Amino acid sequence: MRKLLFESLVRPPLTERPPEASDAAVAELARALDGAARKRLGRSLSIRAVDAGSCNGCELEMHALSNAFYDIERFGIRFVASPRHADVLVVTGPVTKNMREALKRTYDATPNPKWVVALGDCGRDGGCFASSYAVVGGVSAVLPVDLHIPGCPPPPIEILKGLLALLDGVNGKAAKGL
Amino acid sequence: MPALLDLIEAGRPVEHHAPGRRAVVAPKTWNLAVEQLAAGRWSLLGLWGEPETVHMALLDEAREIGVISLPCPGGRYPSVGLRHPPALRLERAAADLFGLLPQGLPDTRRWLDHGQWGVTHPLAAQPGAAAAASSYRFLPAEGESLHQIPVGPVHAGIIEPGHFRFTASGEIVVRLEERLGYVHKGIEGLMAGSPVDRAARLAGRTSGDSTVAYALAFARAVEAALGVEVPPRAVWLRALMAELERLANHLGDIGAICNDAAFALMHAHCGVLRERVLRAGNAAFGHRLMRDRIVPGGVEGDLNEEGTTAIRSAITEIRQRFPHLVELYDNTASLQDRTVATGRLKTELARQYAAGGYVGRASGRDFDARRSPGYAPYDELAFDVPVLQEGDVNARVWIRVREVEQSLSLVEQILERLPRGSVRVDIAEAVGRHAGWPREGMALVEGFRGDMLVWLRIGETGLVERCHLRDPSWFQWPLLEAAIEGNIVADFPLCNKSFNCSYSGHDL
Repeated sequence: MRKLLFESLVRPPLTERPPEASDAAVAELARALDGAARKRLGRSLSIRAVDAGSCNGCELEMHALSNAFYDIERFGIRFVASPRHADVLVVTGPVTKNMREALKRTYDATPNPKWVVALGDCGRDGGCFASSYAVVGGVSAVLPVDLHIPGCPPPPIEILKGLLALLDGVNGKAAKGL
Repeated sequence: MPALLDLIEAGRPVEHHAPGRRAVVAPKTWNLAVEQLAAGRWSLLGLWGEPETVHMALLDEAREIGVISLPCPGGRYPSVGLRHPPALRLERAAADLFGLLPQGLPDTRRWLDHGQWGVTHPLAAQPGAAAAASSYRFLPAEGESLHQIPVGPVHAGIIEPGHFRFTASGEIVVRLEERLGYVHKGIEGLMAGSPVDRAARLAGRTSGDSTVAYALAFARAVEAALGVEVPPRAVWLRALMAELERLANHLGDIGAICNDAAFALMHAHCGVLRERVLRAGNAAFGHRLMRDRIVPGGVEGDLNEEGTTAIRSAITEIRQRFPHLVELYDNTASLQDRTVATGRLKTELARQYAAGGYVGRASGRDFDARRSPGYAPYDELAFDVPVLQEGDVNARVWIRVREVEQSLSLVEQILERLPRGSVRVDIAEAVGRHAGWPREGMALVEGFRGDMLVWLRIGETGLVERCHLRDPSWFQWPLLEAAIEGNIVADFPLCNKSFNCSYSGHDL
């Protein structure tokens, strides 16, 4: 283990490699997101992920946000274990009828102020599952949604972009409120 | 002892079913098959319903695969689960969806139907009125000082929803009972009456981590039904995607299992390798998970020079780094302390449930659909199927490690020998060619999690009449309940991750 740890010390971090197109976008997002997040929420934004019926594709890409390439925690954005710790619910999937109640309860357990992000094409309107007897529809059929992030599933970079858009929106709303 | 073929010959053969045969049988023959399952001679590959009919896909001792179907007037048929427990949840699901009534089924609680659909038996010829939601009776556990821990459906991590009801004595789990069905989307209902391309998209969204494997299984079933020959280059590209998907998932799992034992270093390093595979998939096929790239008739888009280079460089990096991680896993005593002898699954149970993938192979079940029944191009590729006997978390990690090594070699072999030529044929043409309808097809594909079965029927209009998708998780979820018994509650995440069953693939 010592050898591996030592190698990690002397190797350049993956996040700071000379940027290709997509890496450049990550860096750009990192700067913008950092500024906006600090203004409204101090240095942290806590996200609670709720799968309300997804195929788990969106979950895989949300997981990827925590790997060394995207390292979402460097922006102060954290995935938390309880809705009671969350500022934002990121909801995936077409909302199934069997998950409707659990989703509502999770929302109710989240303290104000709170925002809801519907992640993925299914979260928008139910996607290809929309007409099923077992599906309610998109997330907005059950909760007030502040932002949709499209994609099937959206790549991690798009999720980051979406969170940035949310933060800008939140700041706009907060400014109007003042 | 009868062979499966004898039973099928005793029934009325169904025309235009491929590969293997399907026969409509009498209750006596049905029961004879159940006897073979109960005696442990045959394996259950799937059980699914249709209005007034129930089907069973079977694998016999000679590794022959076939389907038997039993007409059930009034919905009644002799329960399989009564004598062969692996069928229990499949029968409960078929009861919920089609209103079939397995006679003697020991567990008649609803499974996928939580009383929320506004309809009962949604796929029956005549769906019923909405059922009142009733509370779910969990199985009792009696004894001194037992307490219950309810978990879910919303879990603490970024994972799918399901409910776990633990009964514990102090720290020791006495009983775990799963309650699933929360992400039931009605995929089979949506597929019925759909054009093939729409159904293919649904199949690819049954379980996101297995989108390639599902698309492949569905496409192969359609091609079997329609007698379509796929161009060789497409066959090899499909295998390339399937192995990349296996690599990405196994790398992610190995890291995540170690992470659940609080060893974050492995998670971080495996996460980097997983991301490399996803990026290579994106560069080569235009999508990180390679979704909708495998279509009935071939593949969407061809692999170019740039894509090949991206895959090769990902493989080179994994070849270079992965052995160090394996060494790290093997030499970290504190980690081994958590994984060795934890969550042990007995070999008899793995055999009885015909558990696929790393769950089965870590508990002595030597089965891999790529080898038997086998499908192209694996018959031309060299690979080993690792098998261990221990059945603990550690064994399930090692099976994945060995399979990563095998997949690396398979990807290299495929890139080396990839045939030239076209990558897609038009299946609409095949629809016009046939006179005999309806046509039925079946495919067994080895996903990263294990073997998955797709069975379907296509009507004269070219629409899918009925499609059933059986995830490997159906035969793995119940075994998790067995494997956790006697372990401490705190080891559940570790055991659960080492199984990594699909919720969405199971709930459909």
